[in-house]
Formats: sequence, C-alpha cells, structure tokens
Amino acid sequence: MGNMGTNGKIIRKSDLGFLEKIYIPEILKGMTLTIGQMFKPKFTIQYPEKRFTRPESFRGRPVLVEENGVERCVACGLCSRVCPALAIDVQASETELEKERYPIKFEINMVRCIFCGFCEEVCPEEAIVMSNEYELAFSSQQEALFGKEKLLMSAEKLHDRLEFLRNHR
Amino acid sequence: MNWIEPIIKILLAFAGLIGGAALMVYLERKISAYMQNRIGPNRVGPRGWLQPIADVVKLVMKEDIVPTAANRFVHDMAPIISISIALSTFAVIPFGNTIELFGRTIKLMIADVNIGMLYILALTSVGVYGITLAGWSSNNKYSLLGGLRSSAQLISYELSMGLSVIGVIMVAGTLRLDQVVLHQTHYLDGWLPAWNIILQPVGFITFLIASFAETNRLPFDLPEAEPELVGGYHTEYTGMKFGLFFLSEYANMITSSALITTLFLGGWHIPFAENLGLSPVLLSLLQVGAFLTKVFVICVFFIAVRWTIPRFRYDQLMKLGWKVMLPLAIANILVTGIVLLFVS
Repeated sequence: MGNMGTNGKIIRKSDLGFLEKIYIPEILKGMTLTIGQMFKPKFTIQYPEKRFTRPESFRGRPVLVEENGVERCVACGLCSRVCPALAIDVQASETELEKERYPIKFEINMVRCIFCGFCEEVCPEEAIVMSNEYELAFSSQQEALFGKEKLLMSAEKLHDRLEFLRNHR
Repeated sequence: MNWIEPIIKILLAFAGLIGGAALMVYLERKISAYMQNRIGPNRVGPRGWLQPIADVVKLVMKEDIVPTAANRFVHDMAPIISISIALSTFAVIPFGNTIELFGRTIKLMIADVNIGMLYILALTSVGVYGITLAGWSSNNKYSLLGGLRSSAQLISYELSMGLSVIGVIMVAGTLRLDQVVLHQTHYLDGWLPAWNIILQPVGFITFLIASFAETNRLPFDLPEAEPELVGGYHTEYTGMKFGLFFLSEYANMITSSALITTLFLGGWHIPFAENLGLSPVLLSLLQVGAFLTKVFVICVFFIAVRWTIPRFRYDQLMKLGWKVMLPLAIANILVTGIVLLFVS
C-alpha cells in the first residue's frame, strides 16, 4: 500500500519528515507551483475566431476526390464493404469515360461515420480521402446524409493529404 | 434622522457583499482557469466581467424543481436561512474607523454591539441549519449525507475557531470588534505594528484553517464533495434556490476574510499612515480602502488554496479537527494566559 511518489518510489507515512507532517510548508510549496502556473502561456485557442492548424495526418470528414470536374471513384464498393459503421452507400453505373464505371449515387451518413479512415485505406483509386474539415453540425438526420454534391472536393484542395498518403502508405 | 444613517450603512454593506460575491465568482473562475493554463470566461462583456450577471440571469430563468417526496416548506426555507445568515454576519464587522461627514461622527460599522465576537460565533452556528436542513428536506441520500457531514464538520471546527478567537480576546480584553481593531493600532518597539498575526501566530493559523472548514471550501468541502456525493446538500436544488446557496458560500467567504482581517490583520489599520498628516476624512477613506484590500487578498488566498489542495478524507478531517486543531488552540490559550500574566 502507500502512495507512489513522482519517482515511482513508495512513500509511507512513517517516511515523512516533521515539516511534511505539519502540512503547512508543503501547502505553501504547492501554492507557489499553482500561482507560478498563472503566469505561464495559455493553451486556449479562441475557437470561432481562430482555428488550430491541422497536420496532414488529421482525419476530418471523408470526401471524394474530384479531378477535371469528375470524381476519381469507380464505384467498386470496397469502401462500403469495409466501413465498420455501415455509413457508406454506393450505386454504380456505366459511363463513356475511360474508367467506364462511376457512382450514380454515393452517400455517406455523417451521423454514422466514425472517422476511422478505413475507406481511405482500402480505396484502390485514391478516390476517397479524409479531408481536414471537422465542423459538422446538423439539425436533422436528413441533413446528415451527404450526397455526391457535398462530398466532392477538388484534388488541389486535398493536395497535402494526397501527398501525405503517398509518402506514408 | 437617526434611522437614515444605519440604513445607508446597511445598503452599502449589502451591495458590497452581493457585488463582492459576484466578483469572487468571476475571480474564482478566472484564477482557476489561469492556474490550469486556460483563459476562463471572456465572452460576456469586456474580459468576461459581466459573466456573473449572465449566470444569475440564467439561474433566475430556470425552472424550480422540488422533489415530490421532499418537505416543501423546509426545502424552501433552507437557502433563505443560508443567505440571511451569510449576509447578517457582516453587521458587526468594522470596515473603517470613524469618519466625520456633514458635521456628524459616523462609526463605520452597522451594529456596534458589545458582544460582537459572540454574535458572529452564534450566527455561524445557525448557518449550519441552512445546509443541514437542505440535506434533510431533499429526501435524497446524497443530500442527507452532505448535510450530516456539514453539521459534524462545523461542530468540530467551531470549537477550535472559538478557542483560537479567545487568544485574541484575551490580548484585546474586549469582545467589541472595533476595540479589537483599535488595540492593534499601536506599535511594538515603536516600529512593528501590533497586529494579532504577530501576537497570536498560532491562533491565526488555527483560525484560518477553521474558517476554511466553516465556509465549506476546499480542502474541507466534504458537504459538497461532488465525486462521491453528486452535489451534497444542494443536489436537489435548481434555479435561484441553488443560486442562493452559491451566493451564500461566497458571501461567507467574504465575511470570513473580513473577520480574519479584523481579528488578525489589523482591520482598517494602515501602519504609520496616521503620522502622514492627512486630512481626517481622507485618512478614513484610505483606511476603508486598506480594509477592502486586505479582505480581497485573503479572498484570493481562499481561491488559490481551493485550486491547489485536494480534498481531505472524512477521517482525516475529523482527526485534524479533534487531534490537532483543538489541542493547538487550547495550548495557545494557555501560553497567551501565561505571557499576559508575566507582562502585566
């Protein structure tokens, strides 16, 4: 039993000296520490006015990469299969473009999404990636269903994340 | 015309206590935030100064919920007892020397009673009823435990509080608080102000610790003890009824600080200011300022202690009260008596 000191040594009550037993010097020591903290720099970020800088590894809401005005996605459905929260719904269709397949419907239920990034990991086309956007507030379940128009984001905007994925995957 | 003077003084003290309590709530949040490397309230008004007013508006607008099985009358009475005791204790504390205004000599205290110190000890004991009744009437086990703890704690610490005051009373030879302050205005050896903190250091420490326990503040806030008792005696209180408990805690804190100032820190006395040759009115106002400054510093000390020291365990609290504080206070009386016998 007994309490652990900061260096991992067990301190028993009998080990305490007289000055430690009469509390007061120890209390004053503690108070110099807390009062000293008052003049240290603060960690608070004034949120709506200022944002924290998100590193490339930040997993925000998942988006579909848009290149030359069209999504990279070929509607293979892997993301939908891997999604542990069953948040992604994909329906494929044919297209005249080189990739031949495209998602006629791509929907992510943002109430279900857990931001695990499995969809991004599994995607063979680098078509779905985690963006750095994190402000998601809805007033209804319907609003939380993000269709293709909300999910598309241009490749230039996602440049840092795509770079990061290329270097670290 | 004689009734106007006390009414003005009562209004001033009332406004001062309520305003001071609001200021303390703000400071508590600011200081705790700064100690934890945060900023604290800064949205309502410049630097968050209006935050207490916003809090009160919120509390007034809230629904007042009384538990179905609660004793409605006692449940309503408890916060009223708490706040009225907290506010009326201040009545006998001198916040300044006499001041000459409009050809009258005005004593800067509301009620100049000759048993001032006894009055305060009696009222603080009645103050326990507010908390204990709140705990009992809520019909909630956590509230009841909080109320019981509060009464046990206050009974234990009132003893050492009263005994540590006896030392001061023996030195001053009176129970009148204005006389206690006047007694502290002379100098030892001609340079050391004879404040009771110098004459009665042990009494000062025991009184300080006991007043922490009396105001239910950390490290002795066992009646609230949110991790184990939810909220203690005010678990079942909402809206402004909760607000009154909150307000009385801070008003008690200010009154305790004022009492510590009066008994041990020379009250309104500014060392050597009477030799500067200032006009009497200016000197009196400066002394009121000095009193307020001392009270403010002690209040900030109260807050700083709260955010530094963890809560005592219940058995540790009782052990400290009965095995350390009580013998210390009695020994202090003995030593004071022996010294007084030899001096006189």
